[in-house]
Amino acid sequence: MVKPQVAGAVTANARVDRTSAIELVDVAKEYTVHGEVVHAVKGVSLDIAEGEFFSLLGPSGCGKTTTMRMIAGFEDPTRGVVRLYGQDVTDVPPNRRDVNMVFQSYALFPHMNVWENVAFGLKRRKVAAQEIKTRVGEILEVVGLTGREKRRPREMSGGQQQRVALARALVNRPRALLLDEPLGALDLKLRHTMQIELKRIQREVGITFVYVTHDQSEALTMSDRIAVMNDGVVEQLAGPREIYEQPATAFVAGFIGTSNLINGTVSAVDGAHAVLSLGSDDRILIPSGSAPGQGEAAVITVRPEKITIARQRRDQEVSQVRGTVSEVVYLGTYNSYVVTLDGGAEVTVFEQNAMDGTSTAERGDSVWLSWRPQHSYALRGA
Amino acid sequence: MRRVRAALAPYLLALPGGLWLAVFLVVPIATMASVALQTGNLMDGFSQTFNIAIFGEVFAQYHTQFLRSIVYGGIATVIMLVVAYPMAYWIAFKAGRRKSVYLFLILLPFFVSFVLRTISWGFLLADDGIVLAPLRDLGLIPDDFHILATTTAVIGGLVYNFLPFMVLPIYVALERVDPRVIEAAQDLYAGRFQAFVRVVLPLSLPGVFAGVLMTFIPATSDPVNAQILGGTSNTMIGNIIYTEYLVNNDYPAASALSFMLMAVLLIGIFVYARALGTENVMEAAAR
Repeated sequence: MVKPQVAGAVTANARVDRTSAIELVDVAKEYTVHGEVVHAVKGVSLDIAEGEFFSLLGPSGCGKTTTMRMIAGFEDPTRGVVRLYGQDVTDVPPNRRDVNMVFQSYALFPHMNVWENVAFGLKRRKVAAQEIKTRVGEILEVVGLTGREKRRPREMSGGQQQRVALARALVNRPRALLLDEPLGALDLKLRHTMQIELKRIQREVGITFVYVTHDQSEALTMSDRIAVMNDGVVEQLAGPREIYEQPATAFVAGFIGTSNLINGTVSAVDGAHAVLSLGSDDRILIPSGSAPGQGEAAVITVRPEKITIARQRRDQEVSQVRGTVSEVVYLGTYNSYVVTLDGGAEVTVFEQNAMDGTSTAERGDSVWLSWRPQHSYALRGA
Repeated sequence: MRRVRAALAPYLLALPGGLWLAVFLVVPIATMASVALQTGNLMDGFSQTFNIAIFGEVFAQYHTQFLRSIVYGGIATVIMLVVAYPMAYWIAFKAGRRKSVYLFLILLPFFVSFVLRTISWGFLLADDGIVLAPLRDLGLIPDDFHILATTTAVIGGLVYNFLPFMVLPIYVALERVDPRVIEAAQDLYAGRFQAFVRVVLPLSLPGVFAGVLMTFIPATSDPVNAQILGGTSNTMIGNIIYTEYLVNNDYPAASALSFMLMAVLLIGIFVYARALGTENVMEAAAR
């Protein structure tokens, strides 16, 4: 199936003079647990560009952490090749790989103070004492920890420990920084601050970041590109906008934000659109580029905030379906409706809160839902 | 009223422990000090004479055994450390799901009395015992080869008997080391050896510190191993105290020796803690 090209969805793919920092070629990892083979990663290929903020996003157990650990060198791939700047490092141990990792829960050395923690890597590489001093000083300034050099990790807050972990890795000026759910242990407010902070630091140091997270909003906010993983495979690899607007699979649609899935059969294909009929006056228009052929079954996805809810049918070339409001939830900045279509499917609709604070429809009302053709997206492999 | 009770609560909670220490530590030590400073004999009775000179006298008489005890205890402690560390390391990091089995095996000897086990070694290693007699008959060892009544036997016995007290605290310390911290060291360019020296070893030092205390003190003052496995040239201070008290009935001399042993060990521990306090050692490793 041809991947659609939609205006506005510019991704890092489009860069012309890109240098490949990290390359995974059909990398797989199998474990044997109690005599049973577990396929943690089932053949992942990635090409991460220099300077890119790249996220591996997925639920726990999807293989994202294992993938990152294979880049770091802590896991040997069962098959496949890992390359750093074109060099095959598949069999190179972690201490000889020019990448550094920020561990989940930081893994700071508890017996060393901040300065000693940060200087650890430079000392192992036998960097001159004077240079260590300068570089540690500089990086502590970048992460905002100047003046706290003598503190022990246990004397610091979670946010501060996070910064130490970041400084300890960045001070080595690695060719890529790997971050394993680095914000997972922080509270929500601090996490938002650190997201912006991380993005700033990445711009400042210009190092490739590979970021593992299960938090979709975190990935969408920070990444240049995202690989959404599930069950050991990459489901979709694209920029945040494309991932959100055009989820490639039902899994991606469901994992990223709220999404509506509607089943139907393609009844007609004209020049620009395929028409998905649900019966009577209902019809859903799909950009023909992404649609299956006439007579085929299709699953389309549409985001709740793209749908307009109205009492009357609109007289426009748009997707229109009829249903009954089964739930209205007031959520402050918007109203959330659950509408049961005549065909039985449930569709969630977000409506921006109107000036007068009232809602368009109440529970039990018969309504028309409409959205523009480009907001219907046929899922791959449906 | 409630405030008074709240203020008293910590003292009340400390009371049982405090009483225990008063009755079973302070009173005996005071009694021992008092007995040490008495003169007399079993027939005529003892009287409090505050004879301070006794400390000098017993030290002059038994300084050889004193020194020997410290040397034996020290050598045994070093051997135990060298043997126990790899054992503890292996159980903590490599034993996987069988950890508890190996820990149980280490504790298993405790199910038989310490004295009985030592006597068994005496039988096993006797000149005409089941090990040496056949070897001698086969001509594999010379006629004058002994194990019993040698320094090796006594130190070997001490190592055998106190080893678990070295393994367990080191194991506990190693077990608490977060494996991710070791990975972090490797990620920061430390090879296996550097990761061990800079991270694992310093983090396990509190266990080593505790293990050394828990083995050196009982090994130095132990009378049983020297009594059963040693000969006349291997007598340790514990044996002297035993003899003075139960054989010669010279209670002041026995008390004075006990007191001095305690003082020497306390001073030793103090110096050791100051010189090798875990905090200091860890800071040295961080450099």
